[in-house]
Amino acid sequence: MPLAKRQFDAVVVGAGGAGLRAALQLSEAGLRTAVVTKVFPTRSHTVAAQGGVGAALGNMGADRWEWHMYDTVKGSDWLGDQDAIEYLARKAPEVVIELEHFGMPFDRNEDGTIYQRPFGGHMQNMGAGPAVQRSCCAADRTGHAMLHTLYQRNVRAGTQFFVEWMALDLVLGADGRVLGVTALEMETGDVAVLQARATLFATGGAGRIFAATTNAFINTGDGLGMAARAGFPLEDMEFWQFHPTGVAGAGVLITEGVRGEGGYLLNKGGERFMERYAPNAKDLASRDVVSRAMATEIKEGRGCGPDGDYVLLKLDHLGVEKIEKRLPGIREIAKKFANVDPVKDPIPVVPTVHYQMGGIPTNYLGEVVVPGKGGPNTVVPGFYAAGECACASVHGANRLGTNSLTDLLVFGKAAGETMVRFLEENPGHPELPADAADRTLARIARLEGPGGGESVHEVGRELRRTMQAHAGVFRFPDLLAEGVKRVKEIAERAEHLAIADKSRVFNTARVEALELQNLVEVARATMVSAEARKESRGAHDRSDFHERDDANWLKHTLWYREGDRLAYKPVNLKPLTVESIAPKARVY
Amino acid sequence: MAGEVEMRRLRWRCRRGLLENDLVLARFLDKHGQALEGARLAAFERLIALDDNDLWDLVSGRAECREPGLQEVLAWLRAA
Ligand SMILES: Cc1cc2nc3c(=O)[nH]c(=O)nc-3n(C[C@H](O)[C@H](O)[C@H](O)COP(=O)(O)OP(=O)(O)OC[C@H]3O[C@@H](n4cnc5c(N)ncnc54)[C@H](O)[C@@H]3O)c2cc1C
Repeated sequence: MPLAKRQFDAVVVGAGGAGLRAALQLSEAGLRTAVVTKVFPTRSHTVAAQGGVGAALGNMGADRWEWHMYDTVKGSDWLGDQDAIEYLARKAPEVVIELEHFGMPFDRNEDGTIYQRPFGGHMQNMGAGPAVQRSCCAADRTGHAMLHTLYQRNVRAGTQFFVEWMALDLVLGADGRVLGVTALEMETGDVAVLQARATLFATGGAGRIFAATTNAFINTGDGLGMAARAGFPLEDMEFWQFHPTGVAGAGVLITEGVRGEGGYLLNKGGERFMERYAPNAKDLASRDVVSRAMATEIKEGRGCGPDGDYVLLKLDHLGVEKIEKRLPGIREIAKKFANVDPVKDPIPVVPTVHYQMGGIPTNYLGEVVVPGKGGPNTVVPGFYAAGECACASVHGANRLGTNSLTDLLVFGKAAGETMVRFLEENPGHPELPADAADRTLARIARLEGPGGGESVHEVGRELRRTMQAHAGVFRFPDLLAEGVKRVKEIAERAEHLAIADKSRVFNTARVEALELQNLVEVARATMVSAEARKESRGAHDRSDFHERDDANWLKHTLWYREGDRLAYKPVNLKPLTVESIAPKARVY
Repeated sequence: MAGEVEMRRLRWRCRRGLLENDLVLARFLDKHGQALEGARLAAFERLIALDDNDLWDLVSGRAECREPGLQEVLAWLRAA
């Protein structure tokens, strides 16, 4: 296989909100910046974000960044690092206003300021309330508008895009410095080394490890797989946010509005089971209560369908008129993805993965940090991460709605700024090792070699089913223990994947095999970390340890691929300038 | 039918930012991929060149499209 080499000051892997924001900082500083992306930038998953971006602008009434900070710490169930959370909340207004100046078409108030929507968990007065309107949006297309605005700006700044290129592995120098990535150009099938003096990962989430996910097909956790294979740990991978009602077998979201309007859940006996779990709020109980009840029904054999693996959301009693008027789009979604018309039949639903809180460990400057000579947060030279693939950690055990887009802007920019400084201080390209691409080429050769036999399709399906059944929204000790065993078996099978199609141009079979290898790393990290954490916190909810346990578990998990080793590091409870927010019960 | 390489390129371009589109386009290709050539192929390429939200609005019937040349393929997409 021919091996080309290209040199840049900086390589950014990923063209979602985080990657584009970082690249802009670099290109505008006059640095030669390459952005590598599997799909056209504006088709990144950020396009799906509708709810908005959170920032304490105070346009709708009193608001302060300290309140936003408090809500985020509380939302994280105290697992978030308070230095990073302070940075997020303090910088949010600045990056939102900046985006406005870049031309982002935010909705506006009559006085011309940005309109802000209410969103769950955002309060005034350090959690005391009342609720505050903090979410800035562009109709229901906030993510879409953000991508377009940032993409245009990057084109103007001279960012070089490598579209339909897939980064495959990190390239490391002998001293441990990151020197770029190997990448596959889909159009030709060639592998190249993209050499960089600084490398940023902004590859998004890995929701596709679960059978039920709202994430698009591209969200395969490639950045996490690459980092893990290079020997770096992944942080807090047991924490995944679920939405209670995704269409079973498809993942597409059914809005909470359906239950708000009077829809309710049924088990296989036709019982309205939420009455048992939450006698007052019933189907309107909070997301985690509803999801847990659904998971319990399914685990105890009261799920519906041939495999007993979903429950039903009934809304036909609302009548056609109300459904069409108050719940627009729901009928189309149900017909298309569940094959039922909800004015007659109930929709099969399951708790569905939505957001990955964990990721590649970073500090609030976007630098990747790992245990080393300088303590638990030793900076890896030349390596940066931002967005959903990174763990700064601002979301801790549970993300607050609208804080992800804030994260992309704040930490995308911060990482870009840090890289600019690093590049000033470290001129010149270190020598590439002679074997820079060997690991990647061997991996590809193995896919096409005679030793394989495992099908990408089969192994992928088994992986997603196992994750769903064993590390779902409500976690049971027996299932977790069994899950660890199974995921390791699946990982072993994934070492022997084989693809029949050995052509070069747009060989999607090869791409999918390479993606599956990344999914496997993320799944292992998730299952092993979840089995080990013997408490419930935020989105990690165990049947056998049902309380948060600060005495033993107020710490971050670090999973290493080698031997599935786990290590832990302290949560940073010390903000940058304000007083620490001490742990207390998280009640809403 | 489009050439083999062309089909594979199309298949990749059906990887989208919205899960809804991913699912519909994958089904569409399984069902109608064979019939894509000439004007139909061109129509399909124009549709998938749209932004994700615009494409989903068309497919889900939230928006209409007046261009006669796109109607047949759009109808297939809506039925997929
Ligand atoms: C339905 C839905 C609604 C949401 N709504 C909101 C909301 O209202 N507010 C909010 O704050 N958050 C929301 N979120 C979460 C938020 O949208 C995401 O967390 C965020 O957009 C992730 O952005 P990102 O830049 O990290 O990654 P992405 O936008 O996922 O981009 C990843 C990029 O990496 C590239 N890439 C990946 N792997 C490779 C590789 N190997 N080689 C080359 N390129 C690669 C991809 O091509 C892509 O360009 C929502 C999520 C979903 C699923």
